[in-house]
Amino acid sequence: MATHHLTTPFSDEAIRQLHAGDIVYFDGTLFGIRDLTQIYMFDQHHVPPVSLEGMPCIHTAPSLKKVGDKWEKICVGTTTSTRMERFTPDLIGTYGVKAIIGKGGLYEGSLKAMQEHAAVYLAIVGGSAALETLQIEEVEDVFWEHLHPEALYKFRVKDFGPLTVAMDSHGRHLFEEVKDETRSRLPEIYRKLGIE
Amino acid sequence: MADFDYQIVEDAAKELYIRALCDLPPDVRAALKRASEKETNPTAQEVFKTIFKTIKVADENKTLICQDTGLPIYMVKIGSKFPWNGYEIKTSLGNGARRATQEFPFRSSSTHTLTRINPQTSVGEGLPVLHWDYIEDADHIDILMVPKGSGSENMSKMKMFYPAHGISALKKFVIDTVFETGANPCPPGIIGVGLGGTADLVMKLAKEAIVRPVGQRHPDPEIATMEVELEEAINSMGRGPMGLGGDITCLAVHIETAYTHITQNPIAINTQCWPARRARAKIYPDGRVEYGY
Repeated sequence: MATHHLTTPFSDEAIRQLHAGDIVYFDGTLFGIRDLTQIYMFDQHHVPPVSLEGMPCIHTAPSLKKVGDKWEKICVGTTTSTRMERFTPDLIGTYGVKAIIGKGGLYEGSLKAMQEHAAVYLAIVGGSAALETLQIEEVEDVFWEHLHPEALYKFRVKDFGPLTVAMDSHGRHLFEEVKDETRSRLPEIYRKLGIE
Repeated sequence: MADFDYQIVEDAAKELYIRALCDLPPDVRAALKRASEKETNPTAQEVFKTIFKTIKVADENKTLICQDTGLPIYMVKIGSKFPWNGYEIKTSLGNGARRATQEFPFRSSSTHTLTRINPQTSVGEGLPVLHWDYIEDADHIDILMVPKGSGSENMSKMKMFYPAHGISALKKFVIDTVFETGANPCPPGIIGVGLGGTADLVMKLAKEAIVRPVGQRHPDPEIATMEVELEEAINSMGRGPMGLGGDITCLAVHIETAYTHITQNPIAINTQCWPARRARAKIYPDGRVEYGY
């Protein structure tokens, strides 16, 4: 279980050295996206007005307030990723996103795209918004403001983490491995509880 | 009755929502601490470290622990000697939840169920959710505020088993639900189980189960034994904190029961995430308010 301190944008080499179970912290740019952001991009065919190449994207609907022209953070946390599986292979393949940050993990299609294009899924601790908010130094930009709180957000972060590499670019999927292990223990658990 | 100022209830309802979102109850903190000391998996130990860091940041900065402000639930118990007007209490609770949202301010998570339009108030038709009960020989009202986030609430399950399915079907339903819901309800939290009653009552029991302080057992020894048995079974699954693997998958299993129909054997599960948030206020006829958990 290695610990890595990275800086954005992430190179393919940096991503390939990450393995399931490793811990990651990073500095630099973090994009915030959610269900509606990606429906707007992929179903309604809007091209992001900023390059996502080499960047990490977090699944979030942030609480922000606008003071004049400037957006200020109130509370930024992470949502469940599985709902957004459908968009992820394109996000990685077409736009060059190198890391997806969320909770709960993604599925097979995303795992394949991660292997092919050198990308990873980084699991955050759900419910830890207080810490995430502290690690966000600034809301640098909000694109497609009319979609807020599901717009496209550009955050600047410092020591963002810890994040667990849960899906790596070598085909390992920690959530699935853990699930399989639990499944193998179920018969014994049923037996102990007297379940037939 | 005319003398009691219901503004006190409104102010308390506002304060309770904010307190619940920012300040985790001591029993939950202690349960997380005990759990982390038992955990042997390195990934899971990292998750626990992050959990404690988050609680500390929320304490120091008086900020929300989790961004999911949830739907507001107020569980109200009215003392038999409290001079009360139920309509005034109901209105005050709704106003308090709205003011908390707009004055703190934090995200309103409520929305019209079809149009999906968010009123930006955390309330709306049918909200806040209100539970009513009564306390014998008491002169105060006791309000427990529970902001319920969707990560865990979306994992709720209910099933009307038949008597012939027996107790083993109930146990299997609990284990299978924890297996299926995996990382989604932000484990390790509280597995609330309702047994008995009707379809509506059984889910209400499950909700009451998640607000019981962690560490308290059901007073009926048979039910308490079942809680321990299920807790140990769940914590031998290996699912771990946030579903990333580990020894601790839940902090506790709490079961609440009611009598049911001779042909029924209902079960409901309501899961609670690790930030098992709640806040309590006791309000006295002279206007005194005592806050707790």
